[in-house]
Amino acid sequence: MNNELVQRIKSNPKYQELVSKRNAFSLKLSIFVLAMFYSFVLVIAFNKELLAIKLGEGVMTVAFPVGAGIILISFLTTLIYVRRANGEFEELTNSIKDDVKDLL
Amino acid sequence: MLKVITLLSLLALGLFAAGDDLGDMGKRDLNVSAIIMFFIFIAGTLGITKWAASKTKSASDFYTAGGGISGFQNGMAIAGDYMSAASFLGISGMIYLNGFDGLVYAVGFLVGWPVILFLMAEKLRNLGKFTFTDIAAYRLSQKEIRILAAFGSLSVVTLYLIAQMVGAGKLIQILFGMDYEYAVILVGIMMIVYVTFGGMLATTWVQIIKAVLLLSGVTFMGFMVMSHYGFSFTSLATQAVEIHDKGQAIMAPGGFISDPISAISLGLALMLGTAGLPHILMRFFTVGNAKEARKSVVYATGFIGYFYLIIAVIGLGAIVFLNTPEGAAYFQDGKLIGGGNMAAIHLSHVIGGDIFLGFISAVAFATILAVVSGLTLAGASAISHDIYAIVVKKGLASEADEIKVSKRSVIIIGIVGVILGIAFENQNIAFMVGLAFAIAASANFPILFLSIYWSKLTTRGTFIGGFVGLITAVVLVILSPTVWVEILGNESAIFPYKHPALFSVSAAFIAIWFFSITDKSQRAAQEIESFEAQSVRAQTGIGADGAVDH
Repeated sequence: MNNELVQRIKSNPKYQELVSKRNAFSLKLSIFVLAMFYSFVLVIAFNKELLAIKLGEGVMTVAFPVGAGIILISFLTTLIYVRRANGEFEELTNSIKDDVKDLL
Repeated sequence: MLKVITLLSLLALGLFAAGDDLGDMGKRDLNVSAIIMFFIFIAGTLGITKWAASKTKSASDFYTAGGGISGFQNGMAIAGDYMSAASFLGISGMIYLNGFDGLVYAVGFLVGWPVILFLMAEKLRNLGKFTFTDIAAYRLSQKEIRILAAFGSLSVVTLYLIAQMVGAGKLIQILFGMDYEYAVILVGIMMIVYVTFGGMLATTWVQIIKAVLLLSGVTFMGFMVMSHYGFSFTSLATQAVEIHDKGQAIMAPGGFISDPISAISLGLALMLGTAGLPHILMRFFTVGNAKEARKSVVYATGFIGYFYLIIAVIGLGAIVFLNTPEGAAYFQDGKLIGGGNMAAIHLSHVIGGDIFLGFISAVAFATILAVVSGLTLAGASAISHDIYAIVVKKGLASEADEIKVSKRSVIIIGIVGVILGIAFENQNIAFMVGLAFAIAASANFPILFLSIYWSKLTTRGTFIGGFVGLITAVVLVILSPTVWVEILGNESAIFPYKHPALFSVSAAFIAIWFFSITDKSQRAAQEIESFEAQSVRAQTGIGADGAVDH
């Protein structure tokens, strides 16, 4: 990749938009997933009883639903990310590529 | 014993941890239906290898299946790498023995994936070609970085391979009644055949087929268990609590993760280790572009998540189906034959008789085979692409020579794997996988992550910091209670925690940072300057290696 191409892309406002939006988005989602996972780990380390709380009269506790919930939510975050990345971000990327076609 | 194994297995579960308690179990009688299923599987995969061999011509075909794997297929293959015999047998066994604790590990293994997607997947695809080292060496000095990364890759791959080989040998010994040595040699030969002839294409398809078979198998088991309880998880849990020795305790976390430092350290290793495993990273180069790379993580996360949820049902199912008068046949002297790890295998027999048992056994074997093939290919690539083609031949090696070296490396790694597998028969495999994860998180991950995101990274910082991470991880594991007390027999551990990741990962990051910012050389200035171009390529994919048409 030559310097002219790099400078042209970098100065393209669409590129700046892509980078700042995508970085912010992936950072937010990462922090969300990490916070969720570490809350879970820390509850297990410090306050196990919290997960032993019963749901209703029977034997069911919150533990299994919480564990399953984290798995499900993790999957949903990947869906959320990819919907936007393969839609909005991909379009931006393509239009950046279009703008520098003459140099490719 | 069980508690010790479980603690040691924390890191191992995602891959393979059949457990050293299998060692003293006798061989089972010849299982005819399992052997038939097993031969059907071998014949089928050899057919695929033959087909793949006819399509594998260039180096790109060999290492990355020509970049022509779709996002869905790659997601399936990644899921296959992850849904190992340990996830299947280990986690279901742990739920069978302890209830909820098993699910804690499943959660730990899954949450690494979203983070890999958000921060790494597309950048890996945009910058890499054959190995993850391509990314770290993108703007840094080829020689040092390739040597460092090859060290990291080969350490991880070798430790992992030994663990897999030992696990495979034990499992086959129990399932098929074959001698341990022959079982290991058989795995070694099969793996060499798949990889040398079929390369990444065959390896990927074996992995995909195995993933489909395993998912179908567990779905059937989960369905049968749930149908007994009117598809009510509460009814299943109620019955399980009633039967299980520990009663209500199986519905909440037990004593596995008690000290917070270990908990945080473990979480870090699980999450970052995954993002530093060479055979997993390599999968991102088999797809055509960043879009497919992202999709593959969504599919992978979906399949893995679904798999773990069913495993929870299977674990509880094993409690209620095996602890019955009819289930007594699966016990010997009051203990489950083959230990807790065999709970899912026994459950398959209760549910579907000899034929289904044969199916599940063959799938468990396929699982090991597919994972060792991927590992071997990753190790061979480090030797042929990073060391031979770039360091030794300075990038001037012909493709044909590079592939030749790669195939020879596969054979050597295969033979080494078999020899070490036999030599380490009674070694604790969980410990070796734990070490592999710790090295992946401490050496591979920091250099990869910083080379993508930090402009001031220099070759000096990476080289010193990478080795600091690698060595710290190894030394802390040796000084930990796991090795220092349990294996070497000392009184008390010098390093009090079982998981080194929190310390070794920090050491690596600090060393890389320090030796980079103090690097005032001409070369460093150039490296910092070329971050711009790298970053543009990482963000847009312009200039990335595309898919090769066939």
